[in-house]
Amino acid sequence: MSATPAAARQRLLPGFGLSMGLTLAHLSLIVLLPLVALGMKAAGLTWAQFWAAAASKRVLASYRLSFGTSFAAAAVNAVFGLLTAWVLTRYRFPGRKLLDAAIDLPFALPTAVAGIALTSLYGQQGWFGRALPFKVAYTPTGITVALVFIGLPFVVRTLQPILEDLGRDVEEAASSLGASRWQIIRRVIFPELGPALLTGFALAFARGMGEYGSVVFISGNMPMRTEITPLLIITKLEQYEYAQATAIAVVMLAISFALLLAINQLQRRLARRLNHV
Amino acid sequence: MSDVQAASSEPRWVKAALITVVLAFLGVALLAPLAVVFFEAFRQGLRVYLKAFQDPDAWAAVRLSLVAMGVAVGLNTVFGVAAAWLLARFAFRGKGLLLTLIDLPFAISPVIAGLVFVLLFGAQGWLGPWLQDHDVRIVFALPGIVLATTFVTFPFVARELLATMQTQGTEDEEAARMLGAGPWRTFFRITLPNVRYALFTGIVLCSARALGEFGAVSVVSGHIRGETNTLPLHIEILYNEYQFTAAFACASLLSLTALVALAVKAFLERRRSEQRP
Repeated sequence: MSATPAAARQRLLPGFGLSMGLTLAHLSLIVLLPLVALGMKAAGLTWAQFWAAAASKRVLASYRLSFGTSFAAAAVNAVFGLLTAWVLTRYRFPGRKLLDAAIDLPFALPTAVAGIALTSLYGQQGWFGRALPFKVAYTPTGITVALVFIGLPFVVRTLQPILEDLGRDVEEAASSLGASRWQIIRRVIFPELGPALLTGFALAFARGMGEYGSVVFISGNMPMRTEITPLLIITKLEQYEYAQATAIAVVMLAISFALLLAINQLQRRLARRLNHV
Repeated sequence: MSDVQAASSEPRWVKAALITVVLAFLGVALLAPLAVVFFEAFRQGLRVYLKAFQDPDAWAAVRLSLVAMGVAVGLNTVFGVAAAWLLARFAFRGKGLLLTLIDLPFAISPVIAGLVFVLLFGAQGWLGPWLQDHDVRIVFALPGIVLATTFVTFPFVARELLATMQTQGTEDEEAARMLGAGPWRTFFRITLPNVRYALFTGIVLCSARALGEFGAVSVVSGHIRGETNTLPLHIEILYNEYQFTAAFACASLLSLTALVALAVKAFLERRRSEQRP
């Protein structure tokens, strides 16, 4: 037999051509061709046109807002997501399983529903809006609140498998060597969680940069003040400024790709860690 | 309690405090938005609630959402099975790139997912003039809504299946082939039953997202009442017209389906962990 074992096994399983064909056809038609259309449109712009569209004052203000609110929301989620994941994996209390299932709510609830619900909660007449001494709805704080809702499951679901996997034996070994609980958390558990926490943060941040539905209702959409970048793309489209919309979209795509690459690197490191432990 | 145990878990009051903080956070961040949807929907009584569903435009929106969901989930399920089979069973060059491309729609803002189809099929778009000559409408019509929905829900089924198929290995299928089963028989009798829970989970997640998609569909729909409005877009219109009860009544419908999706997902996950040896 001249074939390698791997090659022989591959021949035993059928469907390479069919599955490759279906995958590539669907991927090309649904995802790649439309992205090429965006690329073509962008390539038709001169450098000056591109710069004028993608770096005007109003657009720069929207990048700052989107970046700042996404960052703040991802930071809040990193803290509370870590606490949530810790409590859900380490402690046993009534209602834990229900709460665990509820973490996915932001994935399942349509963003527009989340948007009007949050606006109603934090508006002047709302349950929280009435009680809080400062304005939340129609301010950057409101945008952050919406992005916290959207991003929470990313952090919790990235941390949970790591926390479950982190052997209690390591902690017990550390404590039998005389480490205090706080030392163990700081020196043993935290370094293990670092990459997962960063991955969850990056995922929540990336989702926040692109989020539209949950934000438009609570943001108030005032140019220069509470106008996020995705909304600005829609505004340009509605004014038939296709070239400007394209230029802004290209900038956002570049940011998304950079984040995706970083997240992929982090996840590869995470997978290696999970296999080692 | 021995010292080792004491140091490998927190004191009781720390546990209680952490659980309280997490419960308070999840209550404010996740459960309050869900509760307020139903509160606002039923605020003016059952009769006003039910009146929201007498609007023919609401039913047209429900029908359109279901059609878009059905086509998108169907396409992405066929693709997802093919892609998972390809990636889990064969080694080939460019596999890493293909994986990244499949994840791409998750990293792209829904608004951009809508924009690319406008740039491809819109009146000013790449294929726009040709489509107009042949009297085909894609953007601001049903095909555009279906395409945008398919784009944003692209990776769900493939991702769920791939994770399960990679851990299961190929022994069962190889045995079936050795014993003389044909390729399709092997696939339908061995492969599909082995991954059925992952397949259902992927379909549930894909459906939930498809039904609730807002940003991408908002860009390509054209917002024609009774014709190209999906349910989330209908909610937006009602909300912006200050018909709050009707908006929240429709939102309560989508929230219920989201809760059902979460329940089904939790059930399937339990069955999956029982299935594992």
